[in-house]
Amino acid sequence: MEIVLVGLNHRTAPVEVRERVSFTADQARRASEELRSKGILEETLVLSTCNRSEVYGVPPETSRECASGLSTFLSEFHSVRLEVLNGSLYHHYDREAVRHLFRVAAGLDSMMLGEAEILGQVREAYRVAHEQGATGPVLNRLFQGALEVGKRVRSETELGTRPTSVASAGVKLAERIFGKLDHRSALVLGAGAISEQVIAQLRDRGIARLYVTNRSRERADSLAKQYAGEVLPWGEWEKALPMPDVIVSSVAAEEVVLRREIVEQAMQQRANRALFLMDLGLPRNIDAGVGKLYNVYLYNIDDLTEIVAQNRHARENEIPKADSIVEEHVGRFLSWQASVELVGLINELRTKMREERAQFIRARVESIKHLTEADRACVEKMMDDLLEGLLLEPAQRLRGEKDLRRKIHNVEALRHLFLSNREKP
Amino acid sequence: MHFTLFISTAVAYALSFALYLIFLNTGKALTGRLGTLLLAAGLVTHYFALLERSRGLHTVPYHDLYGSMSLFGWLLALTYLGLELYHRQRSVGALVLPFVLVFFVAAHLAPADKLSPPEAHGPSFALHVALSILAYSAFALSFVLSLVYLGEERLLRVHKLGDVVWRLPPLELLDRMSRSSVLVGLVSITIGTALGFLWVDRLSNKYSFYDPKYAITLLVLLLYVAYFRLARTTAWRGARASKLCVFNFLIVFLSFTVVNFYLSHSHRYF
Repeated sequence: MEIVLVGLNHRTAPVEVRERVSFTADQARRASEELRSKGILEETLVLSTCNRSEVYGVPPETSRECASGLSTFLSEFHSVRLEVLNGSLYHHYDREAVRHLFRVAAGLDSMMLGEAEILGQVREAYRVAHEQGATGPVLNRLFQGALEVGKRVRSETELGTRPTSVASAGVKLAERIFGKLDHRSALVLGAGAISEQVIAQLRDRGIARLYVTNRSRERADSLAKQYAGEVLPWGEWEKALPMPDVIVSSVAAEEVVLRREIVEQAMQQRANRALFLMDLGLPRNIDAGVGKLYNVYLYNIDDLTEIVAQNRHARENEIPKADSIVEEHVGRFLSWQASVELVGLINELRTKMREERAQFIRARVESIKHLTEADRACVEKMMDDLLEGLLLEPAQRLRGEKDLRRKIHNVEALRHLFLSNREKP
Repeated sequence: MHFTLFISTAVAYALSFALYLIFLNTGKALTGRLGTLLLAAGLVTHYFALLERSRGLHTVPYHDLYGSMSLFGWLLALTYLGLELYHRQRSVGALVLPFVLVFFVAAHLAPADKLSPPEAHGPSFALHVALSILAYSAFALSFVLSLVYLGEERLLRVHKLGDVVWRLPPLELLDRMSRSSVLVGLVSITIGTALGFLWVDRLSNKYSFYDPKYAITLLVLLLYVAYFRLARTTAWRGARASKLCVFNFLIVFLSFTVVNFYLSHSHRYF
């Protein structure tokens, strides 16, 4: 029983290759079926996200041979030449495959260190494969372990707690002032890519009302439609200033868009309720003097970038803690794997010894003519008892072995000494 | 106080403080919940410690520094627990528990007077004392919350977030918690003072009607009413209201120390 993993990710493959080898949900199901029907794998799971495509499996034969079969399969399945893939694919087996998956689930292998989405993607991939019947005892155990690792890393470390993008940092800062945003409103000036990122974050954090304004009405309409917001005509948004609690500005303008006097007036109208402003424009859209107004919190792109850098650094400091959780679970999984292998090994040894016993009796005991059937049965029983007795002590010692490495080593040694001409179970 | 009760209360509060501190640093929900449980356990053992003291006096322990400080610590913890449950916010626990612990331990270390029955007792008098100390502890809590607000607000304004700001409660929540706490204090001090005036008649042969404590209590009441009203107005909303809350508590502190020790005839420890 071995685990094999073949895949590529943002570190090994450029986006042009990644997009060609990614799986849709239907493709993942189909690939799983084909891999099992062709006898390449007995258990399969396809994990495909925007940054990685990985196939996990339990092969029926030795995994290294299977890995080359898997590479060929991926090449054929996606109609990508094998030479193109070979430079990008990585192959991991057993311990390394387990560690890799656990690191993926923990967010340690993500492009954005500690990102939370990957755990949901691992959970979804496992659900799909499990429902399809593509997983078996090994992958079930492996992926349940991975989900546990992901949850532990998120609850016991700060790997995923702090925002690491300008948009999410800004929205999290708004939450530092207002708490939950579900009864707050936001006005977004500009409808470019960065505005969209902020809008997505605001919607994700449950903002109650969202207003979008842009010089090009068409783009504002499109964004408002996509994120269930309202569009304010470009010339009229100043009238609405007293309403929002959060103002985001990302407009391409040479001059200041939001002057101090306008905000001061708006603050009077909103009875000095706190106002949070994110100036994401370059050159800056909001007069720096606005930040000096009472109960007004102004952050520009540099402020937010610096916060993001600090948070990234803080996340990196959490890597050793997260890695130790990963290693703990890798150990647990291998211990389980070794104990399962041990049971199989003992059963195999028993079968082999009984076969030897049967041959021995045929060759030696049956030539002794004066033995009756009852005598022969008695001899067979005595030999069986002797064999069981011989197996009992090493089996108990192996089960009781606390050192995982030594346990695995002993299991392998036993297999090598007594079953060297046989395949692994 | 029975030594076992002292040790178990001190240990419960200390562990609760440690857990709240870990919760503030790591954000682990389970640690926060355990902190709350230990605080509740500390409140129970602390209650029995106070009860033991009260049995000797036949009223709430107020007439020595020991009883007064211990009762203050207990009510502070109780008010905090109430606010924590009401607002579902544990981040402030690490900042409140040190005060609770200090008051509890200091009370134990303070010299206790002989347990002679005080001049005034009975349910309404007990309520007068308990509500007055509850008001002071609620005001103390709003003082702590206002300080946290001012600190966090300052860090947010100068863009120096560090590790702390991400773990503290949002400003709006701190503001709400502070006002809730002041409301508890206002209701308590109003009822407590009214009950106190009922006792003035009964003890008028012993105490002067013109105790300076009455004037400063009235001032405290007015200042907190002002805070409560101003905290929602255009001019005062936010940091200014929090500064007023901090100032108000300085008057409470003055009332609790200078006025009690040097000016009042009948309010030495509450």
